[in-house]
Amino acid sequence: MNILFYIAALIAIFATVRMVTGTNAVHSLLYLIVSLLSVSVIFFLLGAPFIAALEVIIYAGAIMVLFVFVIMMLNTGSGGVRKEHELLKASTWIGPGITSAILCGEMLYVLLAPAFHPMNRIEIPPAAVGALLFSKYILIVELAAFLLAAGIIGAYHLGQKPKLSHHRYLKNEEAAT
Amino acid sequence: MTIPMQYGLLLAAILFCIGLAGVLVRRDVIFMLMSVEVMLNAAGLAFIVGGAARSSADGQVMFIFILAMAAAEVSVGLALIIQLYQKFKTLDADSASQLNG
Repeated sequence: MNILFYIAALIAIFATVRMVTGTNAVHSLLYLIVSLLSVSVIFFLLGAPFIAALEVIIYAGAIMVLFVFVIMMLNTGSGGVRKEHELLKASTWIGPGITSAILCGEMLYVLLAPAFHPMNRIEIPPAAVGALLFSKYILIVELAAFLLAAGIIGAYHLGQKPKLSHHRYLKNEEAAT
Repeated sequence: MTIPMQYGLLLAAILFCIGLAGVLVRRDVIFMLMSVEVMLNAAGLAFIVGGAARSSADGQVMFIFILAMAAAEVSVGLALIIQLYQKFKTLDADSASQLNG
Protein backbone atom coordinates (compact mmCIF):
# COMPACT_ATOMS: atom_id res chain seq x y z
CA MET A 1 0.00 0.00 0.00
CA ASN A 2 2.87 2.36 0.75
CA ILE A 3 4.22 2.10 -2.76
CA LEU A 4 0.95 3.53 -4.10
CA PHE A 5 1.51 6.71 -2.09
CA TYR A 6 5.02 7.19 -3.46
CA ILE A 7 3.99 6.51 -7.06
CA ALA A 8 1.08 8.97 -6.82
CA ALA A 9 3.35 11.57 -5.20
CA LEU A 10 5.96 11.25 -7.97
CA ILE A 11 3.27 11.53 -10.66
CA ALA A 12 1.85 14.62 -8.94
CA ILE A 13 5.25 16.34 -8.84
CA PHE A 14 6.12 15.37 -12.43
CA ALA A 15 2.75 16.52 -13.80
CA THR A 16 2.91 19.81 -11.91
CA VAL A 17 6.42 20.55 -13.22
CA ARG A 18 5.27 19.81 -16.77
CA MET A 19 2.26 22.07 -16.25
CA VAL A 20 4.39 25.01 -15.09
CA THR A 21 7.01 24.61 -17.83
CA GLY A 22 4.62 23.95 -20.71
CA THR A 23 3.86 26.51 -23.39
CA ASN A 24 0.54 25.26 -24.74
CA ALA A 25 -2.33 26.19 -22.40
CA VAL A 26 -4.45 23.12 -23.16
CA HIS A 27 -1.54 20.68 -22.66
CA SER A 28 -0.69 22.38 -19.36
CA LEU A 29 -4.31 22.09 -18.30
CA LEU A 30 -4.29 18.34 -19.00
CA TYR A 31 -1.14 17.95 -16.91
CA LEU A 32 -2.80 19.93 -14.11
CA ILE A 33 -5.77 17.54 -14.23
CA VAL A 34 -3.36 14.57 -13.96
CA SER A 35 -1.74 16.24 -10.95
CA LEU A 36 -5.13 16.78 -9.26
CA LEU A 37 -6.15 13.17 -9.92
CA SER A 38 -2.95 11.83 -8.37
CA VAL A 39 -3.46 14.06 -5.31
CA SER A 40 -6.96 12.59 -5.14
CA VAL A 41 -5.42 9.08 -5.03
CA ILE A 42 -3.30 10.26 -2.10
CA PHE A 43 -6.42 11.53 -0.31
CA PHE A 44 -8.02 8.13 -0.79
CA LEU A 45 -4.95 6.38 0.63
CA LEU A 46 -4.96 8.71 3.65
CA GLY A 47 -8.46 7.61 4.63
CA ALA A 48 -10.44 10.55 3.24
CA PRO A 49 -12.65 9.01 0.51
CA PHE A 50 -15.18 11.85 0.59
CA ILE A 51 -12.48 14.44 -0.05
CA ALA A 52 -11.01 12.28 -2.82
CA ALA A 53 -14.41 12.27 -4.54
CA LEU A 54 -14.77 16.05 -4.07
CA GLU A 55 -11.31 16.59 -5.56
CA VAL A 56 -12.25 14.66 -8.69
CA ILE A 57 -15.76 16.11 -9.05
CA ILE A 58 -15.15 19.77 -8.19
CA TYR A 59 -11.46 20.42 -8.87
CA ALA A 60 -10.72 18.13 -11.81
CA GLY A 61 -14.31 18.37 -13.05
CA ALA A 62 -15.94 21.73 -12.54
CA ILE A 63 -13.02 24.14 -12.09
CA MET A 64 -10.94 22.68 -14.91
CA VAL A 65 -13.96 22.79 -17.24
CA LEU A 66 -14.16 26.53 -16.49
CA PHE A 67 -10.54 26.87 -17.58
CA VAL A 68 -11.24 24.90 -20.77
CA PHE A 69 -14.21 27.15 -21.60
CA VAL A 70 -12.17 30.32 -21.10
CA ILE A 71 -9.28 29.01 -23.22
CA MET A 72 -11.79 28.11 -25.94
CA MET A 73 -13.50 31.52 -25.74
CA LEU A 74 -10.24 33.45 -25.96
CA ASN A 75 -8.80 31.35 -28.83
CA THR A 76 -5.43 33.07 -28.66
CA GLY A 77 -3.76 31.00 -31.39
CA SER A 78 -0.01 30.52 -31.67
CA GLY A 79 1.14 34.10 -31.04
CA GLY A 80 1.05 33.61 -27.30
CA VAL A 81 3.00 30.36 -27.54
CA ARG A 82 5.87 32.07 -29.34
CA LYS A 83 5.99 34.83 -26.74
CA GLU A 84 6.02 32.27 -23.94
CA HIS A 85 8.97 30.54 -25.62
CA GLU A 86 10.88 33.81 -25.45
CA LEU A 87 9.95 34.24 -21.78
CA LEU A 88 10.97 30.70 -20.81
CA LYS A 89 14.68 31.34 -21.34
CA ALA A 90 17.07 30.52 -18.49
CA SER A 91 17.62 34.19 -17.69
CA THR A 92 13.97 34.68 -16.74
CA TRP A 93 13.79 31.41 -14.85
CA ILE A 94 16.89 31.72 -12.75
CA GLY A 95 15.90 34.39 -10.22
CA PRO A 96 12.44 33.15 -9.18
CA GLY A 97 13.57 29.54 -9.58
CA ILE A 98 16.46 29.89 -7.12
CA THR A 99 14.39 31.80 -4.54
CA SER A 100 11.56 29.25 -4.70
CA ALA A 101 14.07 26.39 -4.43
CA ILE A 102 15.63 27.99 -1.31
CA LEU A 103 12.20 28.37 0.32
CA CYS A 104 11.35 24.78 -0.60
CA GLY A 105 14.66 23.56 0.87
CA GLU A 106 14.01 25.40 4.14
CA MET A 107 10.53 23.85 4.43
CA LEU A 108 11.91 20.37 3.67
CA TYR A 109 14.66 20.83 6.29
CA VAL A 110 12.15 21.91 8.96
CA LEU A 111 9.85 19.00 8.13
CA LEU A 112 12.59 16.37 8.18
CA ALA A 113 14.18 17.51 11.45
CA PRO A 114 11.78 16.06 14.13
CA ALA A 115 10.99 12.40 14.73
CA PHE A 116 8.64 10.67 12.34
CA HIS A 117 4.96 10.59 13.24
CA PRO A 118 2.97 7.86 11.46
CA MET A 119 -0.14 8.73 9.50
CA ASN A 120 -3.05 6.59 10.60
CA ARG A 121 -5.04 4.87 7.92
CA ILE A 122 -8.32 5.15 9.79
CA GLU A 123 -11.04 5.92 7.31
CA ILE A 124 -13.09 8.93 8.37
CA PRO A 125 -16.63 8.53 6.98
CA PRO A 126 -18.40 11.44 5.25
CA ALA A 127 -21.02 11.43 8.03
CA ALA A 128 -18.38 12.49 10.58
CA VAL A 129 -17.21 15.29 8.27
CA GLY A 130 -20.75 16.50 7.75
CA ALA A 131 -21.59 16.39 11.46
CA LEU A 132 -18.53 18.46 12.28
CA LEU A 133 -19.19 20.83 9.36
CA PHE A 134 -22.67 21.72 10.52
CA SER A 135 -22.03 21.85 14.26
CA LYS A 136 -18.64 23.31 15.14
CA TYR A 137 -17.92 25.14 11.85
CA ILE A 138 -21.45 26.35 11.02
CA LEU A 139 -20.37 29.99 11.09
CA ILE A 140 -17.61 29.35 8.54
CA VAL A 141 -20.12 27.52 6.32
CA GLU A 142 -22.25 30.66 6.25
CA LEU A 143 -19.21 32.81 5.53
CA ALA A 144 -18.32 30.47 2.64
CA ALA A 145 -21.86 30.95 1.33
CA PHE A 146 -21.35 34.73 1.41
CA LEU A 147 -18.05 34.29 -0.43
CA LEU A 148 -19.63 32.14 -3.13
CA ALA A 149 -22.49 34.62 -3.59
CA ALA A 150 -19.95 37.44 -3.92
CA GLY A 151 -18.02 35.33 -6.42
CA ILE A 152 -21.13 34.72 -8.55
CA ILE A 153 -22.09 38.41 -8.57
CA GLY A 154 -18.52 39.51 -9.24
CA ALA A 155 -18.05 37.05 -12.12
CA TYR A 156 -21.37 38.08 -13.67
CA HIS A 157 -20.53 41.77 -13.40
CA LEU A 158 -17.00 41.42 -14.73
CA GLY A 159 -17.98 39.05 -17.53
CA GLN A 160 -20.56 41.40 -19.05
CA LYS A 161 -19.77 42.82 -22.45
CA PRO A 162 -20.13 46.57 -22.80
CA LYS A 163 -23.57 47.29 -24.21
CA LEU A 164 -23.62 48.51 -27.78
CA SER A 165 -26.09 51.35 -28.32
CA HIS A 166 -27.11 51.87 -31.92
CA HIS A 167 -29.07 55.05 -31.39
CA ARG A 168 -27.26 58.31 -32.17
CA TYR A 169 -28.57 60.12 -29.08
CA LEU A 170 -27.46 57.33 -26.71
CA LYS A 171 -24.00 57.25 -28.31
CA ASN A 172 -23.57 60.98 -27.74
CA GLU A 173 -24.74 60.61 -24.18
CA GLU A 174 -22.21 57.83 -23.54
CA ALA A 175 -19.41 59.87 -25.04
CA ALA A 176 -20.32 62.79 -22.78
CA THR A 177 -20.15 60.76 -19.55
CA MET B 1 3.77 -0.20 7.52
CA THR B 2 2.37 3.30 7.68
CA ILE B 3 3.74 6.30 5.85
CA PRO B 4 5.35 8.96 8.06
CA MET B 5 3.41 12.21 8.21
CA GLN B 6 6.50 14.08 7.06
CA TYR B 7 6.33 12.57 3.59
CA GLY B 8 2.82 13.90 3.03
CA LEU B 9 3.88 17.34 4.23
CA LEU B 10 6.98 17.14 2.01
CA LEU B 11 4.80 16.50 -1.01
CA ALA B 12 2.58 19.46 -0.07
CA ALA B 13 5.64 21.71 0.33
CA ILE B 14 7.13 20.64 -3.01
CA LEU B 15 3.84 21.16 -4.86
CA PHE B 16 3.41 24.57 -3.19
CA CYS B 17 6.90 25.68 -4.24
CA ILE B 18 6.37 24.53 -7.84
CA GLY B 19 3.19 26.58 -7.91
CA LEU B 20 4.99 29.56 -6.37
CA ALA B 21 7.72 29.39 -9.02
CA GLY B 22 5.02 29.21 -11.68
CA VAL B 23 3.31 32.37 -10.41
CA LEU B 24 6.64 34.19 -10.26
CA VAL B 25 7.98 33.12 -13.65
CA ARG B 26 5.02 32.87 -16.02
CA ARG B 27 3.55 36.05 -17.49
CA ASP B 28 0.52 34.46 -19.14
CA VAL B 29 -2.40 35.11 -16.77
CA ILE B 30 -4.02 31.71 -17.44
CA PHE B 31 -0.81 29.95 -16.37
CA MET B 32 -0.56 32.18 -13.31
CA LEU B 33 -4.13 31.27 -12.30
CA MET B 34 -3.41 27.56 -12.80
CA SER B 35 -0.30 27.87 -10.61
CA VAL B 36 -2.42 29.52 -7.90
CA GLU B 37 -4.72 26.50 -8.12
CA VAL B 38 -1.72 24.21 -7.56
CA MET B 39 -0.75 26.23 -4.46
CA LEU B 40 -4.28 26.08 -3.02
CA ASN B 41 -4.42 22.35 -3.68
CA ALA B 42 -1.09 21.87 -1.88
CA ALA B 43 -2.43 23.78 1.14
CA GLY B 44 -5.47 21.51 1.16
CA LEU B 45 -3.21 18.46 0.98
CA ALA B 46 -1.35 19.69 4.06
CA PHE B 47 -4.67 19.98 5.94
CA ILE B 48 -5.69 16.44 4.93
CA VAL B 49 -2.30 15.08 6.03
CA GLY B 50 -2.65 16.81 9.39
CA GLY B 51 -6.16 15.42 9.79
CA ALA B 52 -4.98 11.91 8.88
CA ALA B 53 -2.12 12.05 11.39
CA ARG B 54 -4.53 12.93 14.22
CA SER B 55 -7.39 10.86 12.73
CA SER B 56 -9.86 13.72 13.11
CA ALA B 57 -12.30 15.14 10.58
CA ASP B 58 -11.24 18.79 11.04
CA GLY B 59 -8.70 18.63 8.22
CA GLN B 60 -11.34 17.47 5.78
CA VAL B 61 -13.70 20.27 6.84
CA MET B 62 -10.93 22.79 6.17
CA PHE B 63 -10.35 21.25 2.74
CA ILE B 64 -14.02 21.81 1.88
CA PHE B 65 -13.64 25.50 2.78
CA ILE B 66 -10.48 25.76 0.66
CA LEU B 67 -12.42 24.16 -2.20
CA ALA B 68 -15.24 26.72 -1.92
CA MET B 69 -12.71 29.55 -1.78
CA ALA B 70 -10.85 28.21 -4.84
CA ALA B 71 -14.09 27.97 -6.81
CA ALA B 72 -15.04 31.59 -6.03
CA GLU B 73 -11.50 32.78 -6.80
CA VAL B 74 -11.37 30.97 -10.14
CA SER B 75 -14.73 32.32 -11.31
CA VAL B 76 -13.74 35.94 -10.55
CA GLY B 77 -10.22 35.41 -11.92
CA LEU B 78 -11.43 34.00 -15.22
CA ALA B 79 -13.92 36.87 -15.61
CA LEU B 80 -11.00 39.26 -15.06
CA ILE B 81 -8.96 37.39 -17.70
CA ILE B 82 -11.79 37.82 -20.22
CA GLN B 83 -11.94 41.55 -19.42
CA LEU B 84 -8.14 41.82 -19.80
CA TYR B 85 -8.25 40.09 -23.17
CA GLN B 86 -11.07 42.29 -24.44
CA LYS B 87 -9.18 45.42 -23.39
CA PHE B 88 -5.59 44.61 -24.41
CA LYS B 89 -6.04 41.74 -26.94
CA THR B 90 -3.33 39.78 -25.14
CA LEU B 91 -2.97 37.51 -22.10
CA ASP B 92 0.38 38.97 -21.05
CA ALA B 93 0.21 40.23 -17.47
CA ASP B 94 2.90 42.85 -18.21
CA SER B 95 0.55 44.62 -20.64
CA ALA B 96 -1.71 45.56 -17.71
CA SER B 97 1.06 47.08 -15.61
CA GLN B 98 -0.32 50.61 -16.02
CA LEU B 99 -3.19 51.30 -13.62
CA ASN B 100 -4.86 53.95 -15.72
CA GLY B 101 -8.23 52.30 -16.05
